[in-house]
Amino acid sequence: MDYLIELFMAIFGATSQGLAWAILALGVYITFRILNFADLSCEGTFALGGSISAILVVSLQWNPFLSLIVATAAGMIAGSVTGFLHTKLKIPAILSGILTMIGLYSVNLRIMGKANTSLIGQSTIISIIKGFLPEAEQLGIKDSTLQTGVSLVVGLVFTLVVIIILYWYFGTETGSCIRATGNNPAMVRAQGVNTDKMTILGLVISNGFIALSGALVTQSQGYADVGMGIGSIVIGLASIVIGEVLYRKAKNFARKLLAIVIGSIVYRIIIAVVLQMGMDTNDMKLLTAIVVAIALSVPVISKNKVFINIIRFISKLALWIKSRVFVRKEGK
Amino acid sequence: MLKMTNIYKTFNANTVNEKLVLNGLSLDLNEGDFVTVIGGNGAGKSTMLNMIAGVHMPDKGSVLLDDINITNLPEYKRAKYLGRVFQDPMMGTAANMEIQENLALAFRRGKKRGLSWGITKEEKHFYVEKLRTLDLGLETRLSTKVGLLSGGQRQALTLLMATLQQPKLLLLDEHTAALDPKTANKVLALTDQIVTTNALTALMVTHNMKNAIQYGNRLIMMYEGKIIFDVAGEEKKNLHVSDLLAKFESVSGGEFANDRMILS
Repeated sequence: MDYLIELFMAIFGATSQGLAWAILALGVYITFRILNFADLSCEGTFALGGSISAILVVSLQWNPFLSLIVATAAGMIAGSVTGFLHTKLKIPAILSGILTMIGLYSVNLRIMGKANTSLIGQSTIISIIKGFLPEAEQLGIKDSTLQTGVSLVVGLVFTLVVIIILYWYFGTETGSCIRATGNNPAMVRAQGVNTDKMTILGLVISNGFIALSGALVTQSQGYADVGMGIGSIVIGLASIVIGEVLYRKAKNFARKLLAIVIGSIVYRIIIAVVLQMGMDTNDMKLLTAIVVAIALSVPVISKNKVFINIIRFISKLALWIKSRVFVRKEGK
Repeated sequence: MLKMTNIYKTFNANTVNEKLVLNGLSLDLNEGDFVTVIGGNGAGKSTMLNMIAGVHMPDKGSVLLDDINITNLPEYKRAKYLGRVFQDPMMGTAANMEIQENLALAFRRGKKRGLSWGITKEEKHFYVEKLRTLDLGLETRLSTKVGLLSGGQRQALTLLMATLQQPKLLLLDEHTAALDPKTANKVLALTDQIVTTNALTALMVTHNMKNAIQYGNRLIMMYEGKIIFDVAGEEKKNLHVSDLLAKFESVSGGEFANDRMILS
């Protein structure tokens, strides 16, 4: 029973985390899937959002909600820098993102003045909302549980708002042009659309949401760290890929976005379970990278005869071993 | 209406691969002209069309469309005057988007695009009517992804998209070259029908001399970046493939008569 409660609590915490990170995944989806642009600047903008939100609350005593808006705006500016490097200066997409990401590392250190900023004792989004609720003791639960619960609701609200905005925006005339730009830029130009502008716009929106996600994560975990964005692109991709595998048949755009949110939550649950099983935290990023690499290569692997034969051989081998084992058991 | 004057274009200038593609090309189109363009590989046909469309900018010379100087106007800005169909059926449409979404993008060519919904209800009826004229059964498949259509269907759709907003000039760059003969003929007939009913001015590049004679009211032949032969009206109607071959051989010393043109 205790074990079950522990597992439930782990999943509860993972869901709450997954929702805050889901906005990052949605941002990555805009560039990676819609715009067909592998944007690495997200590693920098995620930490940028976190740093700005933290420093505004700690040093300037700003309202944490207001800090989210500033963080989002800063992310949008960072996105436009990547867009400028790529479209106007013709730097390849990956390199443009890397340049912004590396540049932002210094910017983030400048913003915070040090490598991390703690929000302990400060009013955060979570603490403000908790202020409206009765004490945890009165509700008969642990304070940390209430904290997680509030984070979960905040994450849920923000994620839903972001999904609604994205669903609306990509249905509009401009949004359609961004989608078409990621699909066939030559055709879009022939229809009189400035594709450079659309690429920049897509990067601006994407990085705005990624910075918002960074700020939300900072607010709920209670600190910002200059390295918090490292690996965020892979986490975003993992969420997208898991969501797509789980909801392969999702045709409607809103469902596709929801699938990503589910993917982000499932990713966090997988991590939580693996950690509970005793895996070293330091190995997490390697595991994520392997999962994403395998998932992204499924379309290739499923078409390649050599791979198919290897997989067939392995599955036959597995069946053979299984039959042996069962025969032995029956023999006993 | 279209006036190209003394256009020069060199690709890969100052390298070993330097190639003079357009060599003082001049062309004057009249309102309502349906011009077919023929010429060997590397004669500059596609480059001429790309020069009009703004994909490439000329090194020298000027391009005027209805007295508007578009010589250095970016591609997306001059798109409002032009309808374009490409050689590659994949080029003219967005594969991951629905038929109606593609049409909606084309319907807004040259108009301001804002934050209103991408497709309105009234538009859909209009698209159904337009798709019916293609006679390909696409009118019942508005929300089908374009990627699921055949090459011929995609070219027909691209043709419709290019003319959904009446263009000043329609540019067809070997738009049937990638299709099988039967589909190619169907798309050509459709092209002729659309150009005639809308009284469009059109430039059609083709490798097929028979088609070049059959369609349009004027024919131009290009060689080494220049127009070497320009006929219209009755004279054009009475042309034969053998006349064209003879014409080419006289200027190029037989070089032009490659297999692709004789067979087609």
